[in-house]
Amino acid sequence: MDKIKVVLSFPPSRVEDPIIFHLITDCGLMVNILRASIDPGKVGRMVVELTGDGDQLSRGADYLEANGVEIEPLTEEIQHDEERCVSCTACVPACPTGALHVDRETWVVFHEPDRCVVCLSCVDVCPYRAVTANFQ
Amino acid sequence: MKRTISEINEKIRSGSVVVFTAEEIIDVVRQKGVRKAAREVDVVTTGTFSPMCSSGAFMNIRQEKEKMKLGGGWATLNGVPAYAGLAAADIYIGATAIPENDPRNTNGRPGRFRYGGAHVIEELAQGKKVLLRAGGYGTDCYPKKRREQMIGLEDMNEAFLFNPRNCYQNYNVAVNLSEKPIYTYMGKLKPGLGNANYCSAGQLSPLLNDPMYRTIGIGTRIFLSGAEGYVVWNGTQHNPDSPRLENGTPCAAAGTLALVGNLKKMDPRWLRAVSFTGYGVSLSMAVGLPIPILDEEMMKFVSVTDADLKAPVVDYSVFYPTGEGKPRLGEVTYAQLKSGAIEVNGKSVPTGCFSSYAKAREVAGCLKSLIRDGGFYLTQAVSPLPGPALKKEGVAWTK
Repeated sequence: MDKIKVVLSFPPSRVEDPIIFHLITDCGLMVNILRASIDPGKVGRMVVELTGDGDQLSRGADYLEANGVEIEPLTEEIQHDEERCVSCTACVPACPTGALHVDRETWVVFHEPDRCVVCLSCVDVCPYRAVTANFQ
Repeated sequence: MKRTISEINEKIRSGSVVVFTAEEIIDVVRQKGVRKAAREVDVVTTGTFSPMCSSGAFMNIRQEKEKMKLGGGWATLNGVPAYAGLAAADIYIGATAIPENDPRNTNGRPGRFRYGGAHVIEELAQGKKVLLRAGGYGTDCYPKKRREQMIGLEDMNEAFLFNPRNCYQNYNVAVNLSEKPIYTYMGKLKPGLGNANYCSAGQLSPLLNDPMYRTIGIGTRIFLSGAEGYVVWNGTQHNPDSPRLENGTPCAAAGTLALVGNLKKMDPRWLRAVSFTGYGVSLSMAVGLPIPILDEEMMKFVSVTDADLKAPVVDYSVFYPTGEGKPRLGEVTYAQLKSGAIEVNGKSVPTGCFSSYAKAREVAGCLKSLIRDGGFYLTQAVSPLPGPALKKEGVAWTK
């Protein structure tokens, strides 16, 4: 079984269709919705964790593409600007998954995209505006 | 063992000065003891990098051919209002100033405060030009009434930071006991003790290493955001009579410094605008203070560790804004704060900081290199800062 986190973008014409339902029943994927922003008539966006075997995942990807849903890797959703960041650690207690964490020897703050669930908690708390999100 | 500042400067000149940072000296003292370390080490450098709201810049704007009186008129830089109640060409831009049309905390939403005086100062330090808009009433000697032009540091005769309150000696640890999130100058505080925010470099912090202001005073030369700076006065709200521990360090907000430095020579790496959601704009400054080891007592002071320094835990939902309720929920050491969690009312609360320890280390390291390489000489303070009232009962530092 593989597990991947992706961002799905739904064209306005498809936001009212039960696409996730088909992803589960037809493709056999386990879908864990981490974050969603769906409004009628607008591009809908959803952060999901998909679990399944290789065959199920590729069927899911084909189904989404055939229905005009774009799939992007999650890593591009939260940007941690290492130049702008001063490693103050204000974001560390705000991050629920430990994706933003500090090395307590060097006191440098790191962002690990694999652990990020795009909850956006960090965006508001960074006074240096060193963490930004594409997903709003 | 006694040592004078002129002896230290002589050693800087000859290249034989021995310097450690306030973090490195901890191990030196652990290994050698205070007496031997005091004999061998001349200077200990401190550092901090943190938002310091009471900061701003005086600027003298070069006149055009037809002259204009800004004094008594008005001026904005990139839309941010500057103070124009000075002479014809002098203005002051404060770090926290924001444009008239900034939405602030309206519509029930915490503002983002994306741009303010600190951003103007940071952009100028980066060599960028900003839009000056100014108006005056016109006089016989200053006939021009409106001015609108892009200006940079090169268009100013002088540009220097004058910060009335920097370098707090210690500070509160902020928590939220209420049931809703609050937005403060100590950041976003999650409800029900969701997080605890603090703001100090602890064992590297300038005034925690000279707790009684024995060497720091008016005229002390410092490292200020990459340039040479000076302590010019005690800072506003300087409170030397805060409660102190046996080691002389205050266990609450205490001393502060008023600082001056040449903006034209500052490094934008050390001068950074910050936006606190729901609170406002501020400016992060880098301050490095050299501490001359005049005797064993000074060595004892600088060898203080995070485990020896304490800060009060304060509720920012009720006590801080209204003065009602319990003033302190407890005291914690910086070692506990830096472990990532503290215990408040029996609950483990994750900690975050606004003062960058990584940058504080860099500042103290920069100042150490400058002194060792003969690029920075120490000064004798011309007048001391107001100190704590002496002879308080049960306090070991009294003499």
